[in-house]
Amino acid sequence: MFRRIALTGALLVIAFLAGVAVFLTAKGVPAFGAEAGEQLYGKDSLVGLVGPLLFGTVLASVIAMVVVAPLAIGLALVISHYAPRRLARPVGFLVDLLAAVPSVIVGLWGIEVLAPRVAPLLESLDRLPFLEGPVPSSGRTLLTAALVLALMALPIVTAIMREVFAQTPRAHEEAALALGATRWEMVRMAVLPYGRSGIVAALMLGLGRALGETMAVAMVLGATGAKLSADLIAADGANTIAAFIANNYANASGVKTNVLVFAGLALFVLTFAVNYLGRWVASRGRVAV
Amino acid sequence: MSGLALSRRRRLTDRLVAALMWTTFAVAMAPLLSLIWTVVRRGAPALTPDFLGSDMTGRALLGEGGGIAHAIAGTVMVTLLAAVMAVPVGVLTAVWLVEYGAGSRLASVVTFLVDVMTGIPSIVAGLFAFALFAVVTGDPLPRLGIGGSVALALLMVPTVVRSVEEMLKLVPDDLREASYALGVPKWRTVVKVVLPTAVAGIVTGVTLAVARVAGETAPLLLILGTAREANWNPFDGGVQTLPVFIFQSLNQTSGADAAVWTGRVWGAALCLIVIVMVLNVAARVIGSVFAPRTGK
Repeated sequence: MFRRIALTGALLVIAFLAGVAVFLTAKGVPAFGAEAGEQLYGKDSLVGLVGPLLFGTVLASVIAMVVVAPLAIGLALVISHYAPRRLARPVGFLVDLLAAVPSVIVGLWGIEVLAPRVAPLLESLDRLPFLEGPVPSSGRTLLTAALVLALMALPIVTAIMREVFAQTPRAHEEAALALGATRWEMVRMAVLPYGRSGIVAALMLGLGRALGETMAVAMVLGATGAKLSADLIAADGANTIAAFIANNYANASGVKTNVLVFAGLALFVLTFAVNYLGRWVASRGRVAV
Repeated sequence: MSGLALSRRRRLTDRLVAALMWTTFAVAMAPLLSLIWTVVRRGAPALTPDFLGSDMTGRALLGEGGGIAHAIAGTVMVTLLAAVMAVPVGVLTAVWLVEYGAGSRLASVVTFLVDVMTGIPSIVAGLFAFALFAVVTGDPLPRLGIGGSVALALLMVPTVVRSVEEMLKLVPDDLREASYALGVPKWRTVVKVVLPTAVAGIVTGVTLAVARVAGETAPLLLILGTAREANWNPFDGGVQTLPVFIFQSLNQTSGADAAVWTGRVWGAALCLIVIVMVLNVAARVIGSVFAPRTGK
C-alpha cells in the first residue's frame, strides 16, 4: 500500500514533466503562424527572431564561464585542499550564501554598483578593433551582464568542483607528497588530472544554469531588442532569450505570447542539451556529480 | 648550487599559487559583501513599520507612503502553496527511489527526469504555468496566484527529491535490518524508523528549497500579474510578491516620484534578502544541530 503511494509520487514527477512538454508545445507551435513584422517583434521570420536571441544567450553564458573557470577552480581548491579544516566549512558556507541571493537583487546590484564601475573598463576595451561600441555611460552592456552571470554561476560550479577534488584518491596525493612534491605540485600532478572531466562537467552544468538565468540579465542589460551582434560593449547589442521574454511579456497578447513561449521552448531544448552533455562527460570520467 | 636554486623556485611557485588561490576567495567575496552592504545601506532608511505594514492601495501614480505588506503576503502565500504541492511529491519520490525502486528501470528513468527538471530555467517554468492555465481557464492571459505556485513547485520538486534522497541514503542499513528482524513490515520501517532518522536533513533540504523559490522572480512575472493590495485568493486575480514588486517598481524610478520609488525598491530588496538569508541560516542550523550521529 505505502509502496503504491510512494510510487504515485514518482509517477507524478513523470506526469509533471510530460505536462511541461505538452503545454509548452501546445502554446509554442502556433508561433509558426505569426506574421512577419509586428507579431514577430519586427523580424521577418521566427528563426530570424529566435536565432539572434540564441546567439546572444550562448555568447553571454560562454563569456561568463570563461570568467568562472579559473575562479571556481581556485575557490574549490581552497575549500578542498588549501584551507585548514576549521576554515573550510565557513568558506564553503559563504560561497553557498552567494548562491542564495535572489537574482532580482543581484540585478539591482548589477545596475547600481557593478555597471558604473565597469563602464571605464568598457571604454578602454572600445579601442579594440572588433568592438565598436559606443559604450553607454550606464555601463549596461552584454559584457556587464556576462560578469553578473559569472557571479551567479560561480557557487554552483564551485560546489561541484569541490566534490570532484575531494574524490581524489588519498594514495595519489600521498604518493606525490612522498616524492617531495610541494602542495601545488601535488595538486597539479594528482588532483587536477584526476578531476579533469569533473571540471569540464561542472563548467557545462554551470553553463546550463547561466543560459536560463533571467532577471539579473533582464535588469542589467540595456538592450531590449533581438539584434544579432557580437559587440559586447554596445548599448544596443545582443539580448538573451530569457531576458527578452521577461522584458516583453507584460505587453504581449495574442500570437505574440505564442512567439515568446516558442522562444522559451528553444531555451529549454538548449539547456537540456547542455546539461545532458555535462552529465555525460561526468559519467565518462567516473565522477559523481 | 643549482639544486638549491631550483628548490627555491619551487617553493616560491608554491607560495605564489597559494596566494592566487586565496585571491579567488577574495574575488568571490567582494561582490557578496558589496551587495549586502549596498542593500542594507540603501534599504534600511526605507524599512519603517509603516512601510512593512501598509499596501499600495491608491498610490499607483503619485504620493509618498505605501508599503509592501501585500507583497509580503503574496510571497508567503505563493511560496507556501508551492511547498504544499512540491514537498509531498518530492519526499514520496525520494522514498520510492531509495527504498523501493532502487536499481529498477523505472528508477533510472525517474532519476533522469529529475535531472532534466533540475535544469529547467525558471522562466520556462513560468511559461509552463502560463500555458497550463491558459488552456485550463480558457483565459488567453491568465493571472492567478496558484499559477505562480505551480511554477515554483516545478522548480522545487527536483531540489527536494535530491536532498531527501541524499539523506535517506545516509540512514544506516543496520537500522532497517534491526526493524525487519523485529517483524516490522517495510512500510512501518520507512515511516517509523527511516524517515524520523533522516528528518533533520529533510527539513534542511525543504527549507533550502523554499528559500530558493521565495526569491524567484521570472516565473511569477509571467503568471501573477500585479496587485496593489493583498489578495489571499489564489484562484482569482493578480497577486503581488516581493521580487516582482522590486522589478516592477524599478521601472518607476525614472519617472515622477523617482526618489519615492527608489526607496520602495531598496526597502523591498532588504526585506527579501533578510527573509532568504534567515531561511538559509535556519536550514543550516537545523541540519547541523539535529544531524544524526552516524558513528564514523
